[in-house]
Amino acid sequence: MAFSAFATGTAQEQAPRRKSKIALFLLLPGILYLALFFLVPLVSLVITSFQAPIPNGDIGEYQTAFRWENYTDAIGLYGEHILRSFLYAIAATIFALLFSYPLAYFIGVKARRWPLLQNLMLVLVIAPFFISFLLRTLAWKSILSDESVVITGLKALALMAPDAHFTGTPAAVIFGLTYNFIPFMTLPLYSTLERLDTRLLEAGGDLYSRPSMTFFTVTVPLSMSGIVSGVLLTFIPAAGDYINASRDFLGGTGTAMMGNVIESNFLVTLNYPAAASLSIILMAVILVMVTAYVKRSGTEDLL
Amino acid sequence: MASGAFAESGADLELLGITKRFPGFTAIEHLDLTIPAGSFFALLGPSGCGKTTTLRLVAGLEEPTEGRILIGGKDVTTLKPYQRPVNTVFQSYALFPHMTVLENVAFGLRRRKIADPVAKAQEALRLVELEHLATRKPQQLSGGQQQRVALARAVVNRPALLLLDEPLGALDLKLRRQMQLELKSIQEEVGLTFLHVTHDQEEAMTMADTVAVMNKGRIEQLGAPEELYELPRTAFVANFLGQSNLFTGEVVGTTSTSITVGIEGVKIVVPKARAQRHAGEVTVGIRPEKLHLLTEEPKVETGTNVLGPGRVIDVSFSGVSTQYIVAIPGVGTVIVFSQNLGFGPVIADGAEVWVGWQVDHGFGLEDDPGETPRFPADTDTATIAVQKKRALMSELEEA
Repeated sequence: MAFSAFATGTAQEQAPRRKSKIALFLLLPGILYLALFFLVPLVSLVITSFQAPIPNGDIGEYQTAFRWENYTDAIGLYGEHILRSFLYAIAATIFALLFSYPLAYFIGVKARRWPLLQNLMLVLVIAPFFISFLLRTLAWKSILSDESVVITGLKALALMAPDAHFTGTPAAVIFGLTYNFIPFMTLPLYSTLERLDTRLLEAGGDLYSRPSMTFFTVTVPLSMSGIVSGVLLTFIPAAGDYINASRDFLGGTGTAMMGNVIESNFLVTLNYPAAASLSIILMAVILVMVTAYVKRSGTEDLL
Repeated sequence: MASGAFAESGADLELLGITKRFPGFTAIEHLDLTIPAGSFFALLGPSGCGKTTTLRLVAGLEEPTEGRILIGGKDVTTLKPYQRPVNTVFQSYALFPHMTVLENVAFGLRRRKIADPVAKAQEALRLVELEHLATRKPQQLSGGQQQRVALARAVVNRPALLLLDEPLGALDLKLRRQMQLELKSIQEEVGLTFLHVTHDQEEAMTMADTVAVMNKGRIEQLGAPEELYELPRTAFVANFLGQSNLFTGEVVGTTSTSITVGIEGVKIVVPKARAQRHAGEVTVGIRPEKLHLLTEEPKVETGTNVLGPGRVIDVSFSGVSTQYIVAIPGVGTVIVFSQNLGFGPVIADGAEVWVGWQVDHGFGLEDDPGETPRFPADTDTATIAVQKKRALMSELEEA
């Protein structure tokens, strides 16, 4: 009796250990990959961000140091760009949410009766991915250029001043960011709204709630997990984006974002420590903002 | 005291000429119905008879194709659900999963900006004995508890009319009995008008003051439960509410108080007052528990009907009573329920028997027997099996 109890006890103890060995084995490729391509570059980026120029060295030659002034210099020099990055990203996230929510609601709730329409609309949301992101942004540049039908048309209708431009303005950059991240906002919203129990909306109406009130007290809280993931999927890449704001695309001289500054420091002025410290700042600010946002929306358990 | 706070009386509900058509079929055909204030009214019918549609029309979740809906004399036909003084206990309960039980109950009060919603919600939870679970989320409760939360969430608003959409459908038998009693006592306590939709005839009969049996979008018969059971007017009612033995034949004789129907040479007497039609081909019936089984041929007496001799073809013991199926040549099969006064069945399978009943217990239906019966006779085993299967299928569908 005692022996059998002991035997089962060890068997129970062994079982999870065996399982964890297999799990570890299965995790190994992932862990190796992350170590090699995420951890090593991250450490190298941190080291680079503290490097100091070699005295009397060539441009782009740096030595290992602990030059924390790189950070204060970066903030001092590029504070405006840091601020602009987050403002543009926040604006684009809000516009993408305002555009995507009704779209996702229509596809996920209203179009339930017509599965064919539902699938067609989902394909249309995803379809832009079939064309390169760069090409699409370039296409918008030509659509919105000063000589385009849209802009000349608006000018002819006196809706735009004759000497005004659209490309190169902050509005154009925010427009481009919004456009490019709409699918990332729409898909998570769709996947939560698709599961929304419409009987709860009927219950809201039955309990004296106007449709608008039901929307804010029932629909929005129940789709919070989709809102949170959509916002994260839009905000994080948008804050670091350097295509839309670039002068070759929709941006102008006054619209450079952090991504553009990092790019020019890395590739043009070869100021690697400045670029690295800017990257670390970007990462840290995003981390802080995302944590605060997730905590505030009270959806830790939903993520 | 909860009753002090909720002592507002309900309001009359009137449906005037309501028709509801969906693409492809008519759910309700010219329905007129008045439900007096303070009553517990049950709409009873099989799946797809239009009872849930009727409820949704009253709640404002559907719009009638034709007709008007009046609550307390006020026309609400064009009002949106949130503007109507009506609350619903949904079949699925439809509790908000992101809110606590207390917030669920306070929801309607908050929307109407009623003072002190939390205290009132707690009071309503006390009425359904769930105040200790106020901080839980609905998914942490059992089915019966969720049902009570749904009830509290509706009752707390003191609606003029409370709609119950098969609220007990998802509960097991024991819980359902308990909830039936609780619902009835809450209705008596708060004095609201209850409109209860169900396909469970026992539930309708034990709870409601007035039952309307609905079939194919119209009301077949309306009345107190005893009245419906003892004097069904149509074959559908006779078979949907309990079981009935029905016989069809020509009226062969009439006296001032009764009619005599001839069926294959056998004569069945039914009181005139209990028969809807007094001439031509009619259908008469008798409830199985009103029949006596006799092992010897009785003497012919006035005041009783006797059929037989027949043979017992099935005996099934069900505790309180025993069901005998008797095949009588020329008449068909007759079901007899006999109370188990002794131990077990007293008549064996295959025995030769006569069945008799008092003339006063029979009833005559108003259906035209020429029509195909809307509800097939459920006396043969094949139909019973089909019905059981259908009931099971519809239950599975609802689940």
